[in-house]
Amino acid sequence: MADERPRWREDFPVRWDEDNYMTRRELAKFLTLGSGLLASVNILIASIGVANRAPALPARRIASADDVAPGTSLLFRYPTGDDPCILVCNADGRIDAFSQVCTHLSCAVVHRPGDDVLACPCHKGSFSAREGLPLAGPPTRRLPRITIERRGADLVATGVEV
Amino acid sequence: MSELAFFIDYSRCIGCQACVQACEECDTHRGRSLIHLETIERRDSVQTAPQVCMHCEDPICAQVCPADAIKQTAEGVVQSSLKPRCIGCSNCVLACPFGVPKYDADVDQMMKCDMCYDRTSTGRRPMCATVCPSGALAFTTIEEIMRTRQGRAVNDWQFGDQQVRTKVFVLVPTEATRVNLSVIPLSSLRRSRPAPDPYDVAALLEAD
Repeated sequence: MADERPRWREDFPVRWDEDNYMTRRELAKFLTLGSGLLASVNILIASIGVANRAPALPARRIASADDVAPGTSLLFRYPTGDDPCILVCNADGRIDAFSQVCTHLSCAVVHRPGDDVLACPCHKGSFSAREGLPLAGPPTRRLPRITIERRGADLVATGVEV
Repeated sequence: MSELAFFIDYSRCIGCQACVQACEECDTHRGRSLIHLETIERRDSVQTAPQVCMHCEDPICAQVCPADAIKQTAEGVVQSSLKPRCIGCSNCVLACPFGVPKYDADVDQMMKCDMCYDRTSTGRRPMCATVCPSGALAFTTIEEIMRTRQGRAVNDWQFGDQQVRTKVFVLVPTEATRVNLSVIPLSSLRRSRPAPDPYDVAALLEAD
């Protein structure tokens, strides 16, 4: 009998205690407990997300309703001073507001009243000025909408719909 | 108090077959005895000898198994072949120096004595040792054997050039420290036809 054991003997040892033998029951136990662990961690993460939902953004006055004439637009910043937004008053008097940041490469979109679109000058992308949906060019995602409420004579921004 | 061990005292065997019957009772191999009761020089003697698995420390049967089907437990018990793995090649049958493993064609699997692992692993004695009326098979401590028996319990064997240490002890005369067995090379047998075995009972019956 050779003193040195061949390499393959490490994979197929004679003794049970040197073997990495896994019974069917151990595998079933591992699968069950592992699936349970995955499910419970998913529920935990989801509940943490629900519990720590971002607080509602503060309402902020943007402009007076009389300042925006049909067919014009107005730039503002919401919710912070680093988030440029654009408020559009369409020809029929309907008011919509969107983030001004193009969803392609973050250029600032501008209002083209004649076509009723928000156009991005960098790559000729355009979004509809009513829904913020991409119409042409590279952008594929819609512009985040800023919800605008009319409170008396004032236009008030109340939130962001991504 | 040392731990329980298996002792075979061949000289005490009376050939009653109680161990064979008890072995057959086991539910894992019901109707098939895994203990061999050997006859010794049957024409001249009524001497018999029980042969359980000796449970070698380095089991030759497991070393030669190509399918990794024979495993040794942490206690040193060499188990029967695993049903899903055994390919019925009979390598172990040829390799065992004690002639313990036997190939069972009905189940296409090697089956051998595993020292009643279901019983001994829970502290009970093997079936054969519980029924032996003459104490030829005993499952007890070495102190108890030394106190009640003549001779010496050894577990060292020499088969030609190969040394084997076993978990099971046999009782030998006090002056012996190991069991030496000479091995007849097969080449010498091939050159000269051996004389007919005088103890081959089957041949004797045919001659009559």
